[in-house]
Amino acid sequence: MKFLKLSTNNLHEFILSLRKLGEVHIPIKKGEKSFVFRKMNEPGDIDKIQLDYHRTILPLKKYFYHPTETMFEFSRDGFVPPEQPLNVHDIIFGVHACDIHGVLTLDLVFSGKYQDDYYFNRKKNVSIIGLSCMPDEFCFCNSMGTDYVETGFDLFLSETPGAYLVRVGTSKGDDMVNLSKELFGEITHKDIDAHKEYSLARKKAFKRSLDIRNLPEIMDLEYESNLWDELGNRCTSCGTCSMVCPTCYCYRIFDTINMDMESGMRRRQWDCCLFRDHAMVAGGHNFRQSRSDRFKHRWLHKQQSFAGVFGRPSCVGCGRCIEDCPASIDIVAESNKIQGVGREQSCLSPTTE
Amino acid sequence: MCNPYMPHLAKIIRIIPQMDDVRLFQVRFEDEKIRDEFKHRPGQFVMVSVPGIGEAPISISSSPTRPGIIELCIRRAGKVTDALFKLKENDAIGLRGPYGNGYFMEKIKGNNLLIVAGGIGMAPLRSLLWYSLDNRDDFRDIILMYGAKNPNEVLFKDELFSLLHRDDIKCLLTVDRDDTGTWEANVGVVTKLFDLVGLDQGKDNSFNSMDASSVTTYAAICGPPIMYQFVLQKLIECGFPKDRIMMSLERRMQCGIGKCLHCSVGHKYTCTDGPIFTYWDVMNMQEVV
Ligand code: SF4
Ligand code: SF4
Ligand code: FES
Repeated sequence: MKFLKLSTNNLHEFILSLRKLGEVHIPIKKGEKSFVFRKMNEPGDIDKIQLDYHRTILPLKKYFYHPTETMFEFSRDGFVPPEQPLNVHDIIFGVHACDIHGVLTLDLVFSGKYQDDYYFNRKKNVSIIGLSCMPDEFCFCNSMGTDYVETGFDLFLSETPGAYLVRVGTSKGDDMVNLSKELFGEITHKDIDAHKEYSLARKKAFKRSLDIRNLPEIMDLEYESNLWDELGNRCTSCGTCSMVCPTCYCYRIFDTINMDMESGMRRRQWDCCLFRDHAMVAGGHNFRQSRSDRFKHRWLHKQQSFAGVFGRPSCVGCGRCIEDCPASIDIVAESNKIQGVGREQSCLSPTTE
Repeated sequence: MCNPYMPHLAKIIRIIPQMDDVRLFQVRFEDEKIRDEFKHRPGQFVMVSVPGIGEAPISISSSPTRPGIIELCIRRAGKVTDALFKLKENDAIGLRGPYGNGYFMEKIKGNNLLIVAGGIGMAPLRSLLWYSLDNRDDFRDIILMYGAKNPNEVLFKDELFSLLHRDDIKCLLTVDRDDTGTWEANVGVVTKLFDLVGLDQGKDNSFNSMDASSVTTYAAICGPPIMYQFVLQKLIECGFPKDRIMMSLERRMQCGIGKCLHCSVGHKYTCTDGPIFTYWDVMNMQEVV
């Protein structure tokens, strides 16, 4: 892969140059401690960029997979999918490794035998520029193996003192660099060393961890544990954890009908497996009636069932669901608890009979 | 480009009442090309659309050996099926599919087949029944056991009674009670039919017995939960291996193609991994009933 160096002083100019290619979206502050990706409307917006944000409220899925969208318009003559505007090109700057993994995960879900082109048609027109980050107290991407990316970005910028190491991932990324070649330089051995140092420091900065290798097995064994009831009682089924999750993708489909009582739209909307009616069938039987069952189901699906189908867990360790849960449910801490982390001593010490 | 969510218009050709809340809909795609391309396996389902109301998964009751017209045996149970019951012959609905795995035909071929149905559970099994009868040489002995509450709740009555006279299938019909006084077959729960055939180990293969414990018999069952319970118990007693018993599961579905997650059961998706599961699969799932 091609590597280049971009001096920190040149960063703003580079981002501004991208506006020649399309709409540029950057991370900015929304509330006191919250961030969002927002389109730059004018060059001056660059001053709002937050290079050390930890996580945006919504992950990248909002760009490809809209919270609600029309799938078809129907009439007497049948179902017709709406035209999707293909003219816009969005460039999203500053995406962290875990969120890029989140997109790669959704790619798996929406591809395959039944490709979902609502998703892929939008994705075709989006470029992703990654940005390295230091974890905060909610991050656990290193445990999920999503703290680095190899694909899924056009460019990836890793911070080093005074400059960014720029990894060029696609030919589109190369075009971006070539727009303003003069801003980039060659990397030196000193840069490589600085990059390695940053990497090592980052590894040490994680404040939580989760052993996912035996988690599915332990969760199976502890399927009847009271812990799930306890968590089910605390959870209010508000759905926040799913809405903010980069890899929660379930949706419901519904029809709306026009005044002529004949034509209308078939739409879909993000759903959440913690909502009460998620597994309710016609006739009213609910296969996951209790909230603890639904709660358990979400986490088991993330960590185990998804891996059964796609080869890796779907959680990317972004920490959103932990930071945003109004009931302060910390699923990693609870998983640690269920795995007996912190109680090792008592198991290992010789038993006195 | 093909959009997997796109329903295609199909016309209701005929509606054949079965009982108060169950009707058989015969439907046909309007578009000839789509009609020709539609190829299903027994046990698969389609997503049926009533525009403006929504979609529901419905198992296909007709056999692939009789293409062109798709038969859907529908029980009125929710808003989509409610709306379907308001439609008339010549009205149009939307249809997409077929989806799901279907019965394991490649494995069943060359073996005995035992079909056990209860009530409306006959709907998906009817496809399997006619597929195997239409390809009779591909199978060894075929036994059908079907039980309903009373004579008025027996689906496909004429058709099934006509099987009583065939010598290439043993068809056993029963009702829990006969209030009509007109019923000409067995009375009693479906498990009692097992007494009429030998399913014990070691008996020779003829219509009066199937060697359940050997590798030569597959069982396909579908019915209400209580029936599953008793039939499974019986099959296990007879020595059936758990991975030769095929069951059909019902879940809420939205996409039918493994993308919306509504149908997940344990670690599996009913729409793509199922709806046909072996008893062994089912035993290993949480939240099954
Ligand atoms: S965010 Fe918390 S309270 Fe809300 S549904 Fe998720 S776990 Fe339950
Ligand atoms: S489950 Fe939580 S930590 Fe994992 S990817 Fe989703 S929001 Fe992030
Ligand atoms: S019905 Fe959507 S995943 Fe099965």
